[in-house]
Amino acid sequence: MTDAPFVGLFATCLVDLYRPTVGFATARLLEAAGCRIEVPRSQICCGQPAYNAGDRENAAAIARQTVAAFEKYDYVVAPSGSCAGMLRHHYPELLAADANYSARANAVAEKSWELIAFLTDVVRWTDFDARWPGTVTYHDACSGLRELGVKDQPRNLLARIDGLELRELEAPDVCCGFGGTFCMKYPEVSAAMVDKKAADIVATGAATLLSGDLGCLMNIAGRLSRRGETVEARHVAEILAGMTDVPAIGGTRR
Amino acid sequence: MEQGTSLSFSANAARAQADADLQSALDKLQRDTRTGRPAIIARLPEFEALRDRAVAIKDHTLENLDHYLEKFEANVIDAGGHTHWCEDAAAARETVLEICRAADAKIVGKGKSMVSEEIALNDFLIANGLEVVETDLGEYILQLREETPSHIVMPAIHLKKEQIAETFRDHHTMLAPDRPLNEPREMTKEARVRLREKFLAADVGITGANMLIAETGSVVVVTNEGNGDLTQTLPRIHIVIATIEKVVPRIDDALSILRILARSATGQEITSYTTFATGPRRTGDPDGPEEFHLVLLDNGRTKLLDGAFRDVLRCIRCGACQSACPVYGAVGGHAYGGVYGGPIGAVLTPALDGIENAWTLPEASSFCGSCEDVCPMRIPLPGLMRLWREIAHAGKLNKARARRGLAIWAFAARRPWLYRTGARIAIRVLHTLARRRGHIRSMPLAGGWTAARDLPAPEGGRFIDQWHRKHGA
Repeated sequence: MTDAPFVGLFATCLVDLYRPTVGFATARLLEAAGCRIEVPRSQICCGQPAYNAGDRENAAAIARQTVAAFEKYDYVVAPSGSCAGMLRHHYPELLAADANYSARANAVAEKSWELIAFLTDVVRWTDFDARWPGTVTYHDACSGLRELGVKDQPRNLLARIDGLELRELEAPDVCCGFGGTFCMKYPEVSAAMVDKKAADIVATGAATLLSGDLGCLMNIAGRLSRRGETVEARHVAEILAGMTDVPAIGGTRR
Repeated sequence: MEQGTSLSFSANAARAQADADLQSALDKLQRDTRTGRPAIIARLPEFEALRDRAVAIKDHTLENLDHYLEKFEANVIDAGGHTHWCEDAAAARETVLEICRAADAKIVGKGKSMVSEEIALNDFLIANGLEVVETDLGEYILQLREETPSHIVMPAIHLKKEQIAETFRDHHTMLAPDRPLNEPREMTKEARVRLREKFLAADVGITGANMLIAETGSVVVVTNEGNGDLTQTLPRIHIVIATIEKVVPRIDDALSILRILARSATGQEITSYTTFATGPRRTGDPDGPEEFHLVLLDNGRTKLLDGAFRDVLRCIRCGACQSACPVYGAVGGHAYGGVYGGPIGAVLTPALDGIENAWTLPEASSFCGSCEDVCPMRIPLPGLMRLWREIAHAGKLNKARARRGLAIWAFAARRPWLYRTGARIAIRVLHTLARRRGHIRSMPLAGGWTAARDLPAPEGGRFIDQWHRKHGA
């Protein structure tokens, strides 16, 4: 077991607060793929809310905490393209002028991965066997897609699930309007964007929406629920890990 | 339509969202963009390599801008043209007016030019007694309607054809009121007849420039209607207004950039007309203007050149970022309140009008990255918007409530013990509010969210607490 990659699981603040199931699903998938994992207690958030608000000072302080919490691992894996993208692409720039942290941030950046890309591209997880009867559609979360190139990976894994039928959206790569604090700053514009996404989802006739980022999923699930749609929303890790006993995002407890 | 300022973006956006005609026009633009651009690019395997080349050309030129501008000027003068250096909008307007007055001009024909919008040239010339006629079909329609362009290359994209037909009936009162105007072809024909009269009567033709070529002193103008040619060849005087970053070193460079321009702008391989103009009519030339003037405008470019926003000077005004942007797609270009809407406007308008007058625009982005993805010149638009956010944050320009909320969150996020306690409390509160429904329908402080969406309730308990309870350390 000494060769097993040692992975620091970066749960992300939304999963930590809103949906522990995604954290447990991530852990289960990483372990199934042969990784040894730890969940550092000192992790909080990647700092994006501050970074994207133009508050570099706080963003850098939070980034330093994250770097310190995760630098000892072989890999840092997050069930979010947005947060993984922050570590991978923005930490080096954010901490470039920090003599104590610049090199450390670069090192963490190089080993930071979005969960699904990590499973398929790094550990090349092939030994899996899942069954989930139902129709799903898939939303490409923006940061994962455009910062990390996560596009085919989730589809390739989903294709191997027995009984699952993927119905593509007309515009899978168009933003759902979440955008972190964007949805709070311009809620009406964001609402128009998520409504288009919801309509696209409903038009597929799929019973379940999957995606790789909890922010988008909460936004879309919230809009689907407000429209009175029956489509359920889940993180793709939940399906891959076979953890679908819990209610869907925003769904009723059974 | 009432336009509003950049600072009133929220209110402008609300108006735009309530405008059914605008929404259907924007939906059509987005549908067409989704199919048009990818199809045309798929047929050009070297598209990505061309992008790299175009970026390298522009970066090199910007690095040596003084050299290439001087070379360009020398070649313009060699070809018999005149150059006029203008630092700001006022100087450029005055210069154009002086040239018109010296030529005793009465009618000015105008090709499409965003720079002329930047310096509000038409209003100024008209106020000084000149008749100014826009000759691009879209711009002509907007001139009749007293509106500004809402998109860089499709200026009247916010209008449906029924609205345009109505505008023509209102203004072309000399024509039979019951003439058919249902098809774009009929409208184009009608505009062409009206514009022909002006082309022939114009004393001065004013065009913008897609590029300036240093090695020859030539000006490149692309159009799909040929109006650019008629504007610059028929009148006695041709005035080009261009900002200084439009220069490229050689003809070859211009050709490289042309290959990505139309594909990015309209999904065409090339525009119907691509015109290279060098100096005035020479002895023996069958046509061409008697005088050729180049108004070279800075209008804030030198300042951009020196700072962190330099990359935006690579922009070739193709409008691809606008067509691809989902925020632009929801509100249209006028909501941005400046000359340029969409992502490029969110970066340029704060530079042109001052961040204190436009801090709302860089915030009007979900940072989805579509703009950077399609930008042929690989301008890091989200990164530059974030840079403006940093400047706005440092200058305390944005909303106090947003800053306070962020400050409280960041205070906790930097103190893990406090964050953990706060998180546990927040989860419990949200959980209680949701009761058994699994989501919250309305919540104080999150009214923006819950106006249109339910707020999914937390499952209960922090993941990290639960994990460590199960796994010990």
